[in-house]
Amino acid sequence: MLQIKNLHAGVENKEILKGVNLEVKAGEIHAIMGPNGSGKSTLSAVISGNENFEVSQGSVTFLNEDISELDPEERAHKGVFLSFQYPIEIPGVSVTNFIKTAINETRKAKDLGDMPASEMLKLIKSKADLLEIDRKFLSRSLNEGFSGGEKKRNEIFQMAMLDPKLAILDETDSGLDIDALKIVANGVNKLKSKDNAVIIITHYQRLLDYIVPDFVHVLIDGKIVKSGTKELAYELEEKGYDWIKEELV
Amino acid sequence: MSLKSKLVSSYLAFDDHLDDNSPIHDIRKKAIDTFEEKGFPTKKEEDWKYTSLNAIINKDYSISSKGDKEIKYEKVREYFLHDIDSYKVVFIDGVFSSFLSETSHDGLDVCLLSSVLSKEKYKAIIEAYYNKIASKDSITSLNTAFAKEGAYINIPNNKEVDKPIEIINFSTGNETALMMQPRNLIIVGENAHVQIIERHQSLSDNAVFTNSVTEIFAEKRAYLDFYKIQNDKENASLIDNTFIHQEQNTNCNVHTFSLGGKITRNNLNFSQNGEHCDSTLKGVTILKDKQHVDHNTLVNHISPNCESHQDYKGLYADSSTGVFNGRVIVEKEAQKINAFQQNNNILIDDNATVNAKPQLEIFADDVKCSHGCTIGQFDEDALFYLRSRGIGLKEAQALLMYAFANTVLETVKIPELKRRINNLIAEKIGVNIGFDI
Repeated sequence: MLQIKNLHAGVENKEILKGVNLEVKAGEIHAIMGPNGSGKSTLSAVISGNENFEVSQGSVTFLNEDISELDPEERAHKGVFLSFQYPIEIPGVSVTNFIKTAINETRKAKDLGDMPASEMLKLIKSKADLLEIDRKFLSRSLNEGFSGGEKKRNEIFQMAMLDPKLAILDETDSGLDIDALKIVANGVNKLKSKDNAVIIITHYQRLLDYIVPDFVHVLIDGKIVKSGTKELAYELEEKGYDWIKEELV
Repeated sequence: MSLKSKLVSSYLAFDDHLDDNSPIHDIRKKAIDTFEEKGFPTKKEEDWKYTSLNAIINKDYSISSKGDKEIKYEKVREYFLHDIDSYKVVFIDGVFSSFLSETSHDGLDVCLLSSVLSKEKYKAIIEAYYNKIASKDSITSLNTAFAKEGAYINIPNNKEVDKPIEIINFSTGNETALMMQPRNLIIVGENAHVQIIERHQSLSDNAVFTNSVTEIFAEKRAYLDFYKIQNDKENASLIDNTFIHQEQNTNCNVHTFSLGGKITRNNLNFSQNGEHCDSTLKGVTILKDKQHVDHNTLVNHISPNCESHQDYKGLYADSSTGVFNGRVIVEKEAQKINAFQQNNNILIDDNATVNAKPQLEIFADDVKCSHGCTIGQFDEDALFYLRSRGIGLKEAQALLMYAFANTVLETVKIPELKRRINNLIAEKIGVNIGFDI
């Protein structure tokens, strides 16, 4: 589904990703772990098309198509979704209206008409139930005054509504208490199928207790230096990252 | 001949034609003298530093119209809020149109200033209110000298007006260039409640210059919502001079939507003459091409325990220019004042300009005054967030504009008006994002 080859990217002459290789197949869950500043969030931003980062070398292929030159919205239309570490507040635009706009804009790009209102309402209701989201929450302004947990739950709600092929969860576990973490993880697990894939970006192994990855990769200084199975995450939790750095030397 | 000379020399003939009582005549004579002495304001004056009238006053305007023009309702229907659910005072080229209007003397007065100026029974009203709070500067004096028509609204005590009142000034383009000076007098009685919408609308591409004066008196515990819709054609300019006098426990709100026109200058003045007054001044400005809007606000806190809130949002594209000059005066006796002023601007293009100048003059020592002013571009992170959800760049910008303007839109209390303004804004931004906010 996603192939990243020798990806170099950064901001204003500062290279952050220094040759990342990664392949994600449909039906898989990958976790990318690494210390602060290793390039984890940059990787997620580059995959989803953030123009603040410049790709200097390498390629990002999604569903057999090179997407490196596509706008963020075009990538979204193809099925890439990024759950933000810091979702943006949009006062005056309700959660419901926002998600309606996002869905209908995506449908427009595919030459489909607007989703019928009744169908939209049904979809919103079922996905809100899945994430135990209160009806009142949906009429609030997007992310405005939301707690950290509400913001993250709202991100996963959007993911549920947009039904992406590839979902990247950037630090979704940060700022979540254990109950919210379980709800979010449960939602992601229910949305998971053999046809889609998930990349989880995290510092800690905690979330991986609830969303079990097929592969764990360690990103240090802009490169994936070690890959393994979920046991690697436990090892990292226990021993930190220094032993890997030492191995590299 | 310059416009000033033309105005001054036509004054005598103009005055001769009018048959009104002598106090008005004296007021008018004094006003033309003031204008003759001071002339049109220039950029040398501090208050007009960022707005030049040269591009307006160099034209040869007709200063009165023949006034025989009628307009079919269907042609102007879009400019009205409702077919039936509003009172309407409509002028065409400065002349009252009984056909398009719906006035009333039934439990309230919604009618014409001309009849009030000329009829004996209104003499006391004129003596008590007319030209009492309008400033004596040159531009307001010019209006006072030539004022003969406009809306007269008088809401008796304890009356809650059942539907909004619309004041609309159409110009037809019958004259190549037309100057109009409408004059409105509005009295909101004790404990009365009213919503007013004012609009100036040119129907052709010919030049129009409107110098409008509105005096508003809010008696004790009165409540006023006033909405100004400024979405005129590219050759239409407006100087709006509005003066609001608040007695104790009044609540007066003015929303100004500046979405078009060549040069628009809003002189909006509030004075609080009793305790527990609340004044709200809000505006959304969305400009493009070479349009220019200048918001010149003044809130004069004369009495203690009052509040004022100012919130102006501006979005400037192309080479458009904006000015926000917000002045707050807190007099020595006016303790426990809470005055808040906010002015935020987004420059969409590199050639757009905004000049912002907050002025706080505080002579009391126990007050809470704050002001904030920002000029910036779109938040890149916010744009990326929206785009990553499949929303295109233009639509994402539109959403952010809505969000930006929302603090002003959310206090529009007439749902149909709010819907219209949302549509207007969507039209200005050039998107149809297919949802109502």
